[in-house]
Formats: sequence, C-alpha cells, structure tokens
Amino acid sequence: MTNDEGIIIYRDVHKWYGDFHVLRGITFTMQKGEVVVICGPSGSGKSTCIRTINRLEEHQRGQIIVDGIELTNDLRNIEAIRREVGIVFQQFNLFPHLTALQNVSLAPFWVLKMRKSKAEEAAMKLLERVGIPEQAQKYPAQLSGGQQQRVAIARALAMTPKIMLFDEPTSALDPEMIKEVLDVMRNLARSGMTMIVITHEMGFAREVADRIIFFDYGQLVEENTPEEFFHNPKHERTKLFLSQILDY
Amino acid sequence: MLSKKVSSSHSVPFWRDVRVLRVMGQVVFLVIIAAGILWLLNNLQVNLRACGLRISFNFLRNTAGFPISEGLRYNPTDVHGYAFWVGIVNTIRISLIGIALTTIIGTVVGIARLSSNWLVKKLAGLYVEVVRNIPLLVQLFFWYFAVMLTALPMVKNSIRLPGSIYLTRRGVYLPWITLAESFGTWAWYIIGGLVVAIAVYVFRRIQLKRAERPGFPIIWAGTILILILGAGWFLTPGNPLALTIPVLKRFNFEGGLWLSTSFTSLLIGLSVYTGAFIAEIVRAGILAISRGQTEAARAVGLKKAHVLRLVVLPQALRVIIPPLASQYLNLTKNSSLAILIGYYDLMNVGTTIFNQTGRAVEMIMLIMASYLTMSLLTSLLMNYYNRRMKLVER
Repeated sequence: MTNDEGIIIYRDVHKWYGDFHVLRGITFTMQKGEVVVICGPSGSGKSTCIRTINRLEEHQRGQIIVDGIELTNDLRNIEAIRREVGIVFQQFNLFPHLTALQNVSLAPFWVLKMRKSKAEEAAMKLLERVGIPEQAQKYPAQLSGGQQQRVAIARALAMTPKIMLFDEPTSALDPEMIKEVLDVMRNLARSGMTMIVITHEMGFAREVADRIIFFDYGQLVEENTPEEFFHNPKHERTKLFLSQILDY
Repeated sequence: MLSKKVSSSHSVPFWRDVRVLRVMGQVVFLVIIAAGILWLLNNLQVNLRACGLRISFNFLRNTAGFPISEGLRYNPTDVHGYAFWVGIVNTIRISLIGIALTTIIGTVVGIARLSSNWLVKKLAGLYVEVVRNIPLLVQLFFWYFAVMLTALPMVKNSIRLPGSIYLTRRGVYLPWITLAESFGTWAWYIIGGLVVAIAVYVFRRIQLKRAERPGFPIIWAGTILILILGAGWFLTPGNPLALTIPVLKRFNFEGGLWLSTSFTSLLIGLSVYTGAFIAEIVRAGILAISRGQTEAARAVGLKKAHVLRLVVLPQALRVIIPPLASQYLNLTKNSSLAILIGYYDLMNVGTTIFNQTGRAVEMIMLIMASYLTMSLLTSLLMNYYNRRMKLVER
C-alpha cells in the first residue's frame, strides 16, 4: 500500500452496536493536508466514524488504512496509529488532576520519552500557539470552556500527529468562546494539517473546508466542495438538513 | 420618591444585622454546650461523693487474677494495667489484619460488580446486598456459633484444605514461618539489603530527575532488595526461616499457627461485613471517572498500565479515600463486639476489669480514650493522604 492513494482510506466500513447498524458501508479517501468537515443530524454515525480512525471504536467489517498502516486487532498497529492521530473531544476530557502544562507534556514525557524540560518547553510553545501561555500552571477547573478546549488541542498536538480529528469541538462551549477555538483550528488548517472536523459551524466549514461530507443513517450521503454543498446540494436529505440548520 | 424607601446600612438594629446574628448564634451554642458539660461533671462529682468514691487509677496496679487466652504473654498474676494493654494489642491486631483483609475483599468485589461477566457481576451484587443488610452482630454469631462451633468437625476429623490448613471446632491451624537459628546471620542481609535498596531508590530518583526521564525507581529498589535477600539466603549456612506445619498429635495439633475460634470468626465477620461497604465505595470511585478520561489517555498513546497509574488511579483514589477511611474506623470500632463471642479485645478485658473492681467510670474513660486515640491516629493518617491527593479547583 503506498501513501499516494491517500493518508486515510475507508473501504466499505461497517459497524454494529448490538442490532443497531451504525455505519453502513463507509467509503472515502483523504489526501495529506486536506481539511474535511463532516456534518449531519445527531445519531447519524459521524462521531462513531471518526472514532474508528484511532480505534476508540472498533469497526467490524471493511478496511481502514491510516498513513499506510491498516487498523486490525494488532495492538502494535493500533498504538502506531494512535501516535499519528490526535483527537479533540466535545467534552474536552482534560485530566483534572494535572495542570494545563502537565496535561500537554504528559504524553511526550511518557510515550515519546522526551526529557521533562524538553517536553515542558514544547508544551509551553504549544500553549503559546493556542494563545494561553499565561494559563500554563492552572488546573482545568480553573479555566473557561474555551481555554480548556484550547489546552485539549495543544495536548493532541504535543504528539506531533499527522492527522487531527475534531469531534464537535465547539458544541459544549458558550457562544463567545466558540470563536477563540475556531481561530486556533483555522490557523492549524492553514499550517497544512490534515484535519477531519465534525461541526455544526457552517461558517467555519464554508471558509476552511476543502470538502464537506454529509452523513445520515450511517451512510455517506453527499460529498462535495463547500461551494457546491451550500449552493447546489445534490440530495434531498442534504437540502432538508441545510434548510433546518441555516434557517433558524 | 422611590429613593426614600432605601434605608442606609447604618440604621440596622443589631437584632437584624446578619453579621451580629452569626456571631451571636455561635456564642449561644458554645455557652449551652459548656453549661451542659459543667452540669454533667458536677453531677458526677456529687454522686461519686455520695457513694464515697473518688476517681483514681490506682486499681490498675492491682493483680488482675483473670485469664486471657490469647495475645501477648500474660499471667493472671499480672496487674490490671498490663491486662488492659494485652486487650489493646489484641484490638490493634484484629483491626490491622481485618483492615488488610477487608480492603482486598472490597476491592475484588467492587471490581467484580463492574465485570462484563454476567455471573461474576450478579454474584458480587448478591454478596453486597445480603451482607450489607444483615446486622453485624447476627453475622458474628453466624460465623461463631453456626460455622466455627457447629459446622466444623472436632479436631480428630478436621477438614484439611490444600497447603496443610486445618479447620476444626477448636480454631484454624495454618503453616507458619518461624525464625531458625541462622536467622541472625540473614538479618544482616535484610538490614544491608534495605539500606542498599533505599540508596538505590534515592540515587535512581535523582538520576531520573537529572536526566528528566520517566520511570518508577521503586521497581529498581525492589529488585535489588530481592536479589540481596536471595543471595543472603544461599550464602547463609542452613535455612534462616523454617516452615512449621501443624501436625495432629494425640489430642491436638502441634506446630504451625493457631487462630482461635473467636479470633477467626471475628476476623471473617468484620472483614466480610465491612468488605461489602468497601466494594460499593470502590465501585463508585471507578464509576466516577468518565470514559472520556481513559479515551483521552489512550488517544495520546499512553499504554494501558500508564493510563491506570497516571490518569485513572489518581482520580479514583480521591473519591475512594475519605469514605474508605471511615470504613476502617468502623471496622476498628465494631471490633468491640468481640466481647459477645469471647475474643479478648480491649472492650472485653476493660469490662472484665470494671466488673471486678467496680471502677466503671475510670474504665469507661480508659476504653473510650483508647478507641479515640486509635481512631484519631487513623483519621490523621488518612486525612494527610487525602490532602495529598486532593484536586485543585477554583
């Protein structure tokens, strides 16, 4: 398998929760440096789909290849892929017993075996990059939602991943904090990071995404450029979804 | 005019000033408590005088005269004070062993209740529900009268468990380690090993810190200690430790370790009972950590053991420790029920002394002071640990 085919390759991926068929044959390919926005109604399987990329969810049929490594039950492959894929959660999931700086430097210190001072130096740079170096010594509970999410982004970036996944990163935030997180993500996209973003922020999608994928009932309904997606959607379900989220 | 209705803060009479009322409330409460205590003390003095008694602890120097069948070496000719001390040591022994055992039971059952194995989960749930809902005294009587004294056979037909463990109506007999003659030589290896291990620990810690590398120096220290002890074992002539196995002689077992019927039933009763509560505490502690924490830790590439050590445990312990501490205190205090199944703990010995001497006030004071001291020491230790684990919030 060569990397030219794409950094992420999904071939007919299926997943069931018990009887519930969550993913019904997902096939798509992503190139290095691409920014893909996934949208769709809740329960459509979009979150499950990106969580299969770093094996937080297992797929039961089909093939997922990340940067030339196929995701199987082989723990070594899973760990190798996890080192290359960063994820940012809706609920931040920061470690509450560690400071912002420790949250960011934990994995480089224990996983990459970096020297502590090097790891903390790098962590500090990342906190500067997301705009909150002055919060380094604070604990998550002392930070605002927007600040916590930016620490979470820095934590994911600390492993120098090739791919970043964002699972509704702004859905748990107050409106005035959404912008500060989106700004960080926009800069990240400009720096050439390969990104998959699940979001309902259509302004962000229009501006940053190379492609938009619309998910419904565990299927990939439509895949299009932002231009086409918003002005000229092909499917009825896409049109309905867009009218619901854009018209209120 | 509206503004006329807004009265200024200077004109509040003191009986409506919340700040004054707050202080006043505390003062009144304190006065009531102090008055109550004074009244009780006065009452005690008046009544003691009426009976011609005086508070005095001189009776502790008199000969006890009653037997104590287990614990420290003791003779009925020893003094009351020493007899009481034997009781205290017996209480400490049952509490410490009980705490260790109940922690193991509670942890295993607590984790079992979260198991994905249906049978294991249901069995653990059944244990917790049954044990939690039957009074402790009933359970102690069950272990003592129904199990130890009735269900178990006489010494001659004792039940033999693998590993030369014998269950009989007279108690439990276990193989035990005794110090052999050459232990003295080996003891030097123990001391030397500990010194070297501590040195290695400190050295490795400084080294890791200087190199700024992650690691667990305790593993190095432990390995070194085991190596030194092992080397000492082979270099010492003769085995420094001997295993004595209980052997049935004509009327009784000889050798090994004997646990009395009372001790065994009290230990099992207390540990099983408290274990059910600890199981719930452990379960709650684990459930208190959201799945997101483990997911986030796995997603940044931490290995399973590291996830547990660096992310899950520090958070779970924070939830578990305070209620766990009160369960340890409960176990210690509940051990005073020993008196009802004939174990010579401090309550049992203490009440025997006051029955003999009539010194009820003094003995109750001593008993209460002993439990209070032990409990406060435990609390102190657990609070210190808890403070170290605490989360910083706003």
